[in-house]
Amino acid sequence: MKNIDSNSHVKGTSIYLDDIPVRAGTLYALAYDSSCAHARIKKVDYSTAENYPGVIKIITHKDIPGQNQIGGIFPDEPLLAENDIHFWGMPIALIIAESEYIARKAKKLIKIEVEELPVITDPREAREKGHLIFPPRTFQMGNMDSAWDQCEYILEGRADSNGQEHLYIETQGAYAFPMENGSIRISSSTQGPTAVQKTVARVLGIPMHKIEVDVTRLGGGFGGKEDQATAWAVMVALAAQILNRPVKYAVHRMDDMRMTGKRHPYSSDYKIGLSKDLKIQAYEVTFHQNAGAAADLSPAVMERTLYHATNTYFVPNVKATAYCCKTNLPPNTAFRGFGGPQGMFVIESAIQKAANHIGIKTRDIQAANLLKEKDEFPYGQIVKKCEATNAWYATLEKYNIKELEEEIDSFNKNNVNSKKGLAIMPICFGISFTNTPMNNARALVHIYQDGSVGISTGGVEMGQGLNTKMVQVAMHELSLSSDRIKIETTNTTRVANTSPSAASATADLNGKALEIACAKLRERLLECASNYLNIDLVELNLKDQVLYHNDTKTDLSWDQLVTIALADRVCLTENGHYATPLINFDKSIEKGHPFAYHVYGTAIIAVTLDCIRGRYEFDYVKLVHDFGLSMNYAVDIGQIEGGLVQGIGWMTMEELLYNDNGKLLSNALSTYKIPDIYSVPKIVDIESLNSEGHELAIRKSKAVGEPPLMYGIGAYFAIQNAIKAFNSNYKNSFDAPFTPEKVLMALYS
Amino acid sequence: MISFILNDTTIETLQPAGMTLLDFIRYEKRLVGTKIGCREGDCGACTILLGELVDGQMQYLSMTSCITPLINVHGKHVVSIEGINGSDLTPVQQAIVDESGSQCGFCTVGFVVSLTGECLSRKISSYDDVVGAVDGNICRCTGYKSIERACNNIHSHLKEKDISNPIPWCSKNKIVPDYFNRIVERIEHIKPLPQSIGAVTIGGGTDLLVQKHDDVYESSIQGLFGKKGSIGIKVSEGKCSIGAITSVSELMESEEMIGMFPNLFNHMKLVASTPIRNSGTIGGNLVNASPIGDLTAFFLALNSSILIQNNNGDQRDLFLKDFYRGYKTYDLAVDEHLIKIQFDMPRENTHFNFEKVSKRTYLDIASVNSAMSIILSGMIISDIHISAGGVAPIPKYLAKTRAFLLGKILNEKTILAAIDIMQDEIAPISDARGTESYKRLLLRQLFWAHFLELFPEKFELITLKSVAQ
Ligand SMILES: Cc1cc2nc3c(=O)[nH]c(=O)nc-3n(C[C@H](O)[C@H](O)[C@H](O)COP(=O)(O)OP(=O)(O)OC[C@H]3O[C@@H](n4cnc5c(N)ncnc54)[C@H](O)[C@@H]3O)c2cc1C
Ligand code: FES
Ligand code: FES
Repeated sequence: MKNIDSNSHVKGTSIYLDDIPVRAGTLYALAYDSSCAHARIKKVDYSTAENYPGVIKIITHKDIPGQNQIGGIFPDEPLLAENDIHFWGMPIALIIAESEYIARKAKKLIKIEVEELPVITDPREAREKGHLIFPPRTFQMGNMDSAWDQCEYILEGRADSNGQEHLYIETQGAYAFPMENGSIRISSSTQGPTAVQKTVARVLGIPMHKIEVDVTRLGGGFGGKEDQATAWAVMVALAAQILNRPVKYAVHRMDDMRMTGKRHPYSSDYKIGLSKDLKIQAYEVTFHQNAGAAADLSPAVMERTLYHATNTYFVPNVKATAYCCKTNLPPNTAFRGFGGPQGMFVIESAIQKAANHIGIKTRDIQAANLLKEKDEFPYGQIVKKCEATNAWYATLEKYNIKELEEEIDSFNKNNVNSKKGLAIMPICFGISFTNTPMNNARALVHIYQDGSVGISTGGVEMGQGLNTKMVQVAMHELSLSSDRIKIETTNTTRVANTSPSAASATADLNGKALEIACAKLRERLLECASNYLNIDLVELNLKDQVLYHNDTKTDLSWDQLVTIALADRVCLTENGHYATPLINFDKSIEKGHPFAYHVYGTAIIAVTLDCIRGRYEFDYVKLVHDFGLSMNYAVDIGQIEGGLVQGIGWMTMEELLYNDNGKLLSNALSTYKIPDIYSVPKIVDIESLNSEGHELAIRKSKAVGEPPLMYGIGAYFAIQNAIKAFNSNYKNSFDAPFTPEKVLMALYS
Repeated sequence: MISFILNDTTIETLQPAGMTLLDFIRYEKRLVGTKIGCREGDCGACTILLGELVDGQMQYLSMTSCITPLINVHGKHVVSIEGINGSDLTPVQQAIVDESGSQCGFCTVGFVVSLTGECLSRKISSYDDVVGAVDGNICRCTGYKSIERACNNIHSHLKEKDISNPIPWCSKNKIVPDYFNRIVERIEHIKPLPQSIGAVTIGGGTDLLVQKHDDVYESSIQGLFGKKGSIGIKVSEGKCSIGAITSVSELMESEEMIGMFPNLFNHMKLVASTPIRNSGTIGGNLVNASPIGDLTAFFLALNSSILIQNNNGDQRDLFLKDFYRGYKTYDLAVDEHLIKIQFDMPRENTHFNFEKVSKRTYLDIASVNSAMSIILSGMIISDIHISAGGVAPIPKYLAKTRAFLLGKILNEKTILAAIDIMQDEIAPISDARGTESYKRLLLRQLFWAHFLELFPEKFELITLKSVAQ
């Protein structure tokens, strides 16, 4: 089944935040933000701006009736700065005007005096100075002290990976309408409607039931609208409350890039020890996470880095420590992979370094250490239904790695001005929110009098195909065709207290809740039929919108059944609630069973370098992925291709640049480049691993949103290998992204 | 009053000439299918088609409406997605649906519009052309592979295209609605705008509307775009002259230019994207005075001169290399315009090359660019002109390097020595496009690349490896 939104997408009739018809009297909000990264505010003069024609009000922290606080995990982030500025782009005030244009004009008239304070952008410096968001955490397994003695090879080094701008093509935005009795309805481009509702309630000082948050769909999220969509929604809600007028804010791209947090840059130190037979005996790693100026989701992101520190390998002795470092960058946040990719990059770097040192192929080490059934992860979970080895060998055999390597070698022998490199990237990614309590969801299903069905879940559609999968679940459970089912907007008054659409788990959680709701309704309709026909319930079944008695079609259609049920005064509305079983985690010992299951896969990636100019092109990515039993292959392939390219972007051209004053230099699409159609691998071959899926995945179709991004990490090492083919003096350094600049410098180093 | 046809409706509006077409479409006309992703021409979410009457037929080109000023669409046909939709999906739309080329959907309309523009073009559409049509459309979700498949699907539809009459063919095949067949007669009724003198001169607007969006909105505008007379490429008596209002696409497709520069397509493909090349002008590129302007680098290396005219009609000539004074300052009075650019046509023994490296190969501004034309008599360098962008406050004409090379024998040793002179002549700074040391290294590489490309039998890359930077 194709994405159910695709027809309206190609016609331009799908509705996004900025497309909502504007109500009469709507005002426009614009944040006035700081132009320095760390300072004490001495004085702000709004007088000229306030008097600019068309400006309705300038809202500051003093106008906030509730708490000036939007921090999700820790209360450390004001909506509007009070006395201190902590990052460049921090909102200080909110200009409300009759048009965006007027607000922009007025913004230029605000004058501010500040006392600048020292700026920290480097997480290591922050750690040295003791600026941590919260105390460090360490995951440990085995015995580090004795482990090193068993090692033939011990290597140490540093690996850095830069952040990444989400660059959802639809920028952040929200639109609030005042309703009666102080209630407010907010349309928000958010992955987390409940987070918006809760935070608006806190800032406005009103109960959650007065706030309704509605989301139709997002023009991309990638984690950037999990927590960071909240601020804009709170701003418009606050203005709507104060002025009793509809207020809208669709954030300009450059403002969005400057003011929002991104994927966390990490700077890490590793030490890896291998025995003679290439088994990784010991791995010690220290992560410095650049959290930015407030916690946001950093603690959770950091936790996932620790979970994925050993990627898909079994290492008996591990010590992984992570520091959540407070700097003067905008608070960094969720981004597809959620800290996992940063952790994996470090161990892959360590392995590459070890392989080069020993003088063997990197894949020899990778293959020798793949996870096996009943191995233990450093966080205590026992490996079950392991596909690491299967995925690895399936890939190498299917695509004939030897032949691919030979092609590369012979190309390199015969070419001087360009060189090729190849790398293999195996992945293992845990599915569930690492914060166990978040692993639950609800769904609401109505069957209407004409037999059509409306479904609501807590999940947000942002391109990942969630709505399509939800419709498929309902179709399957109710035996209906897709045109009988409508998926509703995501709305906090229909489905409450939801977790954000994140952690790749949205389809699993919401789908399972929906399954439960639909199953109850189905059961109820069958009961009606059983009473009506006087046939034993177990002999009845629904198929293709018709009632079956054992395997024989009856005269009763779905619509007739609905009519009978209504005449019987049967409830045709149902709720489903699902909470992932089994999972748990004890933070006091850092052990438990945090993930419902893991997703595996292996990718081969090859690159051609132009050694004159330092440019590169990816020849192919060939991978085998563990889909389980994919319930929608077209959607899932789309997730793989999109995730992969995003991962390659992170490793290659996407370069966030801040100057020493904490100002973002790559602050527009003209300076921050994401892949275009010409920068993607020429060939992307995707094969499905023959696996049975997992019962905790929706219809055994494993989560697919985040894992494929990590295949992109291979891009880094493929480039590195190509450089070595040109320049034997090149010394490995691990500092992603590998921009054409770094490539050229390395070619001639 | 600005007048044009928007989809099937004739528009007459008193909105400011400098208002963006995007704002007009979305907020004045509430046609919200056209999306906003960046407002700087870099994402393609706002792509529309602009149809112009050329030789009795409508010719449609994609443009980014976010940086197209209203004045530039006067007398033209503007097509947004709403003007493409029919009751069923068009073959372009169907191809994207069939290949799952849309995920969040926010970029999708831009792709549909760009691809429809390719269908309407009066030329054979190869697979590469179809993909090329979306070189200005950015998608963050799909990773483009599904879009490539959709392009392939569309390409097979287009094999039957009637290239002499693409519009009736497209409407017959439901690629565009029927009303497209009746646009010519309606367009002819729109009178040209009277010649105006305004505070701000606009060519394509692709630079101005990015940098000074609100200023343009507020100013009186002197529009040049699409003004006949200053467009086009003429060659006579060994000279080539190009009207300042010629768009980059027109330059790229000009048979005269391709005759002189066989690699022109590949060189120009490195400049911006299809919709930007469709609107950005040569004059705009030169007057923009950006140190990394690609056309500037191109024409500097041809030792071009420019013709400038003021509002009284007085004209003067000067060498392009003498036009630039300092960072974004140049020799042009407020009432003066660039009319055309001229250069000596390359001769038999002239060799020309253009190089550009940016973070992303396509649709990106250069970290460093360079062009070179060289004339040899035997192995002696009898004339040479070299430009370098991104290494100085102005687009750099490498005068000292040229002086050194004149009369020398062309070989690796000479060029290695020239590199030292070149390094003294430039003053790159570290910025978002690269560090100083990178730009120095890169220019060396690109300079060498000119010779590697032009004289592969005499130059080797290996030589550079052994030279200290
Ligand atoms: C997404 C994007 C990508 C780009 N990529 C590239 C690239 O790869 N390489 C590159 O070189 N450039 C690039 N540009 C910059 C720009 O598109 C080009 O420089 C283009 O050629 C400018 O022409 P224009 O007609 O649009 O200029 P305008 O914006 O109309 O004008 C630019 C300046 O020139 C003045 N001007 C224009 N015409 C005349 C004239 N005839 N006489 C006097 N003054 C005049 C204007 O007043 C203004 O000051 C890019 C721009 C965008 C938006
Ligand atoms: S909005 Fe991005 S190109 Fe116009
Ligand atoms: S489908 Fe989301 S940006 Fe292209």
